[in-house]
Amino acid sequence: MSKERIQISEALYDIMPSDYQDLVKSSTYGKEDRGWKDIGTSKELIEQHSLCAGCPESMAFRYILASLPNPEDTVMVGSTGCTSLVFPMVAVHNIHSLFGNQNAIASGLKRALSVRFPDRIKDVVVLAGDGATVDIGLDMTLQAWFRQEKFTTICFDNELYANTGGQESGLMQKGFVAKMAPVGKLFEKVRLPEIARESGCHYVVNCTVSKPSLVEKVIRNAVHIAREIGPTYLQLYTPCILEIGKNSMEGLQEMRDSEKPTERFAYKEYVSEPAKQLLAELAAKDKERKAAAKQLAGQASA
Amino acid sequence: MSDYRVLPGPEHFLPPAAASMGIRLPNPGEAHINGVIAPEEKAYEEAARQFLMAKVPTIFPGPLVLWAWNEKAAKKATAIRHLFNTLKECVQATQKPMLIPMPDYRPKYPKINPEVEINPNHPNLTIWHNKIDCCIFIGVHCHQANLSLKIIRGGTSCYTIAMCAQAGHEDAMLSFRDASVDKIMRLAETIKRLKGTVQPPLSTV
Repeated sequence: MSKERIQISEALYDIMPSDYQDLVKSSTYGKEDRGWKDIGTSKELIEQHSLCAGCPESMAFRYILASLPNPEDTVMVGSTGCTSLVFPMVAVHNIHSLFGNQNAIASGLKRALSVRFPDRIKDVVVLAGDGATVDIGLDMTLQAWFRQEKFTTICFDNELYANTGGQESGLMQKGFVAKMAPVGKLFEKVRLPEIARESGCHYVVNCTVSKPSLVEKVIRNAVHIAREIGPTYLQLYTPCILEIGKNSMEGLQEMRDSEKPTERFAYKEYVSEPAKQLLAELAAKDKERKAAAKQLAGQASA
Repeated sequence: MSDYRVLPGPEHFLPPAAASMGIRLPNPGEAHINGVIAPEEKAYEEAARQFLMAKVPTIFPGPLVLWAWNEKAAKKATAIRHLFNTLKECVQATQKPMLIPMPDYRPKYPKINPEVEINPNHPNLTIWHNKIDCCIFIGVHCHQANLSLKIIRGGTSCYTIAMCAQAGHEDAMLSFRDASVDKIMRLAETIKRLKGTVQPPLSTV
């Protein structure tokens, strides 16, 4: 698997827009150690984005795309919301689903890919907002977990319906007043990470996207565990700076403030026993590979 | 047979699918011109004439030929470049042939750059921006070509030609079927042969 699969016809190379030329020249397809550190020096599989200036969701998108272990064989399933405006700019196969249907679509897709490509690893990653994951699509989300479907579900939690002007969502915190929820939320934020664990997810993380290295780690873990064992769930805080009354430069600080130990996005992780075993095996293999590479480099320089 | 004719628009905001108006696709060895089945030879000549008469004759290659996903695709791309070069040689100085890719089908927000690409979800932007009055689609998947051709017919006066690798397109004003390297080369030859026999309209600008 490599960039060999994305070659532009030589006779028409000069007319291709530069985004596509860059993708072929400097994407990280096929690179085993790809990660957030590639951002800025190589094509990170996203071009311009159509989100607001300073939107934490755009940071999350970049980190996630840079961290997918197998981008050329990954299909992302999106849903209605701000994320659906970004997918057209993403150089990974993706499908837009009806609002809330994303986990049902992903279930069928994953099964079909397993039948169609039995000898090739195909990852499916759902990426949707909190409205699609927890409110409108909760049925589909839970049923996919109950059935132990082997794909990762990522929820970009901005705690309201940002794309339509700020309505209340299930993941909104209690008492929060939004532009189109003037009374204030009357009940607690839905505890989906706990529900995910009880519903059979093998890896569940609740965190913000303030630290790219952390996002890389959880994405890789989630995708590897989903590939081998069963469903995984990541709830990432990507605040909507417009709807919570912040400026473009304040998104990062908002996430840092919300991940303090007593706050609602303090890092929480659940790993099932089989998943722990798998991660240990992967870590051992990785160590071995790095030692071999180091030895090889030493021999070459000697 | 239907009385409906597939003609340059603007037809109206939501033009009917030509198939729903009774236009049928050609059989192998045939083509259609304005929705009427015609021998392929006649279609080559009509397509060549339309190109030679247009102020901005344009080729829109799609992903099936832009990406070298197999040997045949790369060969078709070479043939398309030959067709474009032939067109450039055969038109007059007042005409401006263009070669604009359709690399992607996903709608692009907030907008595409119509100078460098065309998108099937809003092809009219590229047509309007470049004042394209005749175009040919080659290497575009059928469902995207159908969508795009209908939008162009609805909102522009551009003459559309489809060089389809499958059974052709009712929604184009002229459609070939079973596109191959030979057919693209044959269109180039016809343009060369008819060079000078037709004139572009006098510019009013």
